[in-house]
Amino acid sequence: MTGTGSIGRRLTLLLAGVAALLSVLSWWMVTGFARQAAERTQDNVLAASVTTIAETLRSEQGEVRLELPYSAFSMLGAISEDRVFYRVATGDTVLTGYDDLPAPTKVVSSGSRVVFDTGEYSGEEIRMATVSRLVLAGTRPVPVNVTVAQTRGGVASISAELSQLAAFLSVAFFLVAVSLSAFAARTSLKPLNEIAAAVSRRGPSDLRPLRRAAPTELAPLMTSLNRLMDRLGQSMRSAEDFIAEAAHRIRTPLATVRAQAEIALRSAQDDEQKQRLRQMIRAVDESSRSAGQLLDHATVVYRSDDLVRSPINLSDLVQQTVAGLEPTAAMKDIRLRVDMIPANVHVDPVLMDNALRNILDNAIKYSPPETDVAISVSEGDGEIRISVKDQGGGLGDGPAEILTQRFQRGSNAQGVVGSGLGLTIAKDVLVAHGGRLELGTLQGKKGTCATLVLPSS
Amino acid sequence: MRHTCLALVLGCLATLVSALEIEDHRLFPGTGDRVLRVISTADLEVFEPYLREFQSSQPSVSIDYTVVSSTELYRAIRGGAAFDLALSSAMDLQFQLANDGFAKSHSSETTTALPEWARWRDLIFAFTAEPAVVVLSTPRFEGLESPTTRQELVTLLREFPDRFDGAVGTYDVRDSGLGYLFATQEARSTDAYWRLSEVMGRLNPQLYCCSGQMIDDVADGKLALAYNVLGSYAAERLARDSGGQVQILGMQDFTNVILRTAIIPTTADETAGAGALIDMLARLGQREAPDTWPLPPLGQTGTDNLVGFGPIRLGPALMVYLDPLNRRAFLTEWENALEQR
Repeated sequence: MTGTGSIGRRLTLLLAGVAALLSVLSWWMVTGFARQAAERTQDNVLAASVTTIAETLRSEQGEVRLELPYSAFSMLGAISEDRVFYRVATGDTVLTGYDDLPAPTKVVSSGSRVVFDTGEYSGEEIRMATVSRLVLAGTRPVPVNVTVAQTRGGVASISAELSQLAAFLSVAFFLVAVSLSAFAARTSLKPLNEIAAAVSRRGPSDLRPLRRAAPTELAPLMTSLNRLMDRLGQSMRSAEDFIAEAAHRIRTPLATVRAQAEIALRSAQDDEQKQRLRQMIRAVDESSRSAGQLLDHATVVYRSDDLVRSPINLSDLVQQTVAGLEPTAAMKDIRLRVDMIPANVHVDPVLMDNALRNILDNAIKYSPPETDVAISVSEGDGEIRISVKDQGGGLGDGPAEILTQRFQRGSNAQGVVGSGLGLTIAKDVLVAHGGRLELGTLQGKKGTCATLVLPSS
Repeated sequence: MRHTCLALVLGCLATLVSALEIEDHRLFPGTGDRVLRVISTADLEVFEPYLREFQSSQPSVSIDYTVVSSTELYRAIRGGAAFDLALSSAMDLQFQLANDGFAKSHSSETTTALPEWARWRDLIFAFTAEPAVVVLSTPRFEGLESPTTRQELVTLLREFPDRFDGAVGTYDVRDSGLGYLFATQEARSTDAYWRLSEVMGRLNPQLYCCSGQMIDDVADGKLALAYNVLGSYAAERLARDSGGQVQILGMQDFTNVILRTAIIPTTADETAGAGALIDMLARLGQREAPDTWPLPPLGQTGTDNLVGFGPIRLGPALMVYLDPLNRRAFLTEWENALEQR
């Protein structure tokens, strides 16, 4: 299988990337807003301070007079520990304050609002607020500019503090977003995993369409999967149909051939001829049997998709099957001993008969003449077990499971007529009923034990 | 080597110092080459124990201690005189120096432990809180009740003009930076200040540059009362030593509490030594228990009845009355009140 990376991981990474981007963006924005808010606060206080000073401007005996109000500076001291500078000037004449304070770069017209400016003074960045008022000096009014400036340490420290807080929150937001992303990725991929699990849980011949609620995005996948399984089922069914049809068509003429051969055998005088005819009959029997088993197998495959269950008494079924094989057993002087308990099961009787018949047939076939085949039915642990024990040569070497595969025969089966389908049929039937087939060699290689295990209904 | 160095330093000092109006000066020699040049408004007798204490922990540092008035100190530092540490009781002038960039920053565990109102920007540090008090002469107040508010003082002065004529002393705020600070803060805080000044003005008040002389004159009986004296421990001790001749009163309507502050001028070379001395002073300023140090700590203001009046706030508002226009206006008003000849 070639992997192109996990969708879940890719989805998580993508979402985490988006979260990181958003975190950084929000941190940057909050930092910007914090700085703006701090700056605006400082501007407001500076404006209040400069206005308070400007309001004390007055003309006394033709001279510009003013008093710095205490509150003008105490309000500046209240918001931060920033250095404060000021200047009151008419034109180039400084009335009071720091005469080297940079002049506002913008034009300040008298009577207008407070004008703000940023500059540098005494080695620090300062924010300046300037307001202009007309005051009578001598005989004519002159504009007096009042400037109050403050360093920006408070603004910087407030915005740094808020920026740090925002960074902390952004990191927290990012971590929460990443874990949520992982959770979201896993949740959205859950239906896919569920479908995969449902498909892999199925038995090898279970080709029923998947019937489960799936998200819209997975509907095409489900449809294609179901369509594939449908086609697969159809082609398998047509193959089985073909085999059944073929087996049927072979069996009918074979029966005719056998009948004719029997008649010929009866009327034949010559020993050599009789011998040849017997061989012929045996070959026909073998072919007929193979064709029968192919038909059985096809039936099993066909019916196991759609079991026709009905409640039956297991002992009736066993008796019936045993009775059907009694003549074959009798031919080899084999006794079929049945040890029954009454058990009611809910199974497809045709298939169960098929399975049991194949197992019994095998037992008879591989048993030496004048021996016993013991059939017993027991119940326990939620299971019903039908075990068939013969006194043959056992299963031979190699794993028992291989024998239940199609056309596989045991290493010690040479010289015995067989197709290698019997155990496969039995196993398929049992699996279709939710049971299993257990095969084992009895102690000391004194026979085989085949057990058909069914769940109790 | 050491001696040439010392001589050089002293020579430099001599030239600088000549520009200053020095009240007192002493060199406390240490064992090493380092010299800590301190300019201060605190008298030697008040401050010597602190310097001795400092030298006991740093014996290698010599201390060159110069006493000047607070305005002289301000002018010297502003003029670029080379000192490593400036200690002054005129917190407005100290603040202006720090605001205008004449102070170096200093930060240590001790200074950050100072309450927020006792420092500003790691540039200026307070180490004592001292109230302004009234010192009065007991014999000259015989038969009179001691005033507890300015209103009572005004009434008293009005009722007995003969008794108090020429016997009232206060700072000459034109010369004394501390006196100016007390006067402006009081004028801002209580309307009784101007009334009191008017009344004092009619009594031929004696004007002083420094609190020490005022206290001495009260002790001698030359003055009946001295108004707005820096009520440090020294004054209290004098009051005790005088055997009841001198009393100290705190006004209950309002009392100014000033912070004695330290800055490291930008001209400082021996910043490590200056920082260490600031740390020591700040540590002593934060002490809880009253003890034998000449200056009170920050926590208590010396006299019990003054509790409740916080110190003047260290902040840009202190610069308001230093503004030349404001100062001129204030002094004009003050002269009109106090010099009614």
